[in-house]
Amino acid sequence: MQSYVQIENASMVFSTRKGKFTALTGIDLHVDQGEFIALIGHSGCGKSTLLNLVAGLLDATDGVLLLANKEIKGPGPERGVVFQNHSLLPWLSAFENVYLAVEKVFGRTESGKQLKARTSAALELVGLTHAAAKLPGEISGGMKQRVGIARALAMEPKVLLMDEPFGALDALTRAHLQDELLKIVAATQSTVIMVTHDVDEAVLLSDRIVMMTNGPAATIGEILTVGLPRPRDRLQLAHDPHYHGLRSQVLEFLYSRQMRPKEAA
Amino acid sequence: MNAITLNDRSLSGVLEAPETQALPAPAAPSRRTPYFETDSGKRFVEGTRTLFRNAIPPLLGMLLFVALWALVANSGGQIPGPGETWDAAVELFSDPFYDNGPNDQGIGWNILNSLYRVGIGFGFAAAVGIPLGFMIGRFDFLNRMLSPIISILRPVSPLAWLPIGLLVLQRAEPASIWVIFISSIWPMVLNTAAGVQRIPQDYMNVARVLNLSEFKVFTKILFPAVLPYVLTGVRLAIGVAWLVIVAAEMLTGGVGIGFWVWDEWNNLNVAHIIIAIFVVGIVGLLLEQMLMLIAKRFSYD
Repeated sequence: MQSYVQIENASMVFSTRKGKFTALTGIDLHVDQGEFIALIGHSGCGKSTLLNLVAGLLDATDGVLLLANKEIKGPGPERGVVFQNHSLLPWLSAFENVYLAVEKVFGRTESGKQLKARTSAALELVGLTHAAAKLPGEISGGMKQRVGIARALAMEPKVLLMDEPFGALDALTRAHLQDELLKIVAATQSTVIMVTHDVDEAVLLSDRIVMMTNGPAATIGEILTVGLPRPRDRLQLAHDPHYHGLRSQVLEFLYSRQMRPKEAA
Repeated sequence: MNAITLNDRSLSGVLEAPETQALPAPAAPSRRTPYFETDSGKRFVEGTRTLFRNAIPPLLGMLLFVALWALVANSGGQIPGPGETWDAAVELFSDPFYDNGPNDQGIGWNILNSLYRVGIGFGFAAAVGIPLGFMIGRFDFLNRMLSPIISILRPVSPLAWLPIGLLVLQRAEPASIWVIFISSIWPMVLNTAAGVQRIPQDYMNVARVLNLSEFKVFTKILFPAVLPYVLTGVRLAIGVAWLVIVAAEMLTGGVGIGFWVWDEWNNLNVAHIIIAIFVVGIVGLLLEQMLMLIAKRFSYD
């Protein structure tokens, strides 16, 4: 199988007032089409930076990033991003927020009616048809995050990039949205790269877990293949010894080999 | 809805409680519903409470103010008391739009003339200041270039600009408009620029990920994001403009509320001066409230 997203020896150096800061170094990662990758690591390990490199919001100082054999230069709608804090425009309704993205991607080739149908379909996919006319300020945090996901999905991106999409939500809402995301990804066969700091989330959702070493100059420490069959059910997995094995492998990496430096707290 | 009804019931229950205990209980089925337990009764109680909470303190404040004023007026001196001023005001406002030549016009004409000058000067200031603020906020180079000039000019007393206006524009009328312009432009420039600089990076990231055109970025992100800041600037600016117009008109003359105050001072009609103070205050308050209402419409927090 051919790699869809290719990251070859990428590194990222920020110029700060105090001098050069190496965030990432020597990142090599190949992602297949339809694969779900979780990036996990302690905060400050540069996992969001890596995601932003793929998104094109940052330019790698060294190395090459390819998407379907084309070099990634700057952001573009073929890489849908779900931001950590939803980043909806507060003056646009849920529908209009999604429509803005749909119009940009398909506006040249499709009629207004088709664009509206696409927008409605995306909102239906995340179960928000009833809240389409609401402003972001009028809906809950979980609903906002779902609109953010709908916006990213509606663009029919080649890759869906998610930066701790459920990090700001309470545990119950998070579990609910994880289940929904599992269903949506199964239905759309999306390629996903997701940043998370939640071990359960990583094991539950992904095909492979990319574990990052601590920064500065963070790199990929280990890649764990999650061989759990799909569709996955969180209740059944709770009793699955394989699931617990994977979970403890990640925990062992994070808390034994990459113990967070004391002063970083 | 439910919560409110419940609340009302418990409230009127509290009100009723001592009464029911004190009176010998009548036969339960034939008991008529007391007024305060009916729907209109509950509404009456709630309405009275709201009225009391909202209206009494301001009324008390006003009363205290008028009493203090009457005390000062009665203790000698030439300041007319509230009653005398009220009579003068009734007479004045019974014919607000008379016209006996340029130096003797009704209070209505004077207010309208002042508002006209404020409108023109403020309008020009908005037309220049808001776009300028956008550019300063968007381009750091422009910001660094203009900020020393703005820092020096902004604290200058508005009236210091009057001689320059008179010199360049030759006539009193445009000179006073010029003073309004120069004193009300700064809040709009600075607030707009601050608004543009404070647009959350997230919104701009959305724009970048979607590859939005410059036009879309402006109409869908920049403008709505900055609008509340612009409106704050506008509100501050119109406050300043209304403050300044009285002083400017005192110096330039013509028809207007400021000139009218000076004219009445020359006539030693102190009651009219006090009326003018109230008029200026009330018109300023109305302008401010109007803009607050507009700003509320565009607030998304």
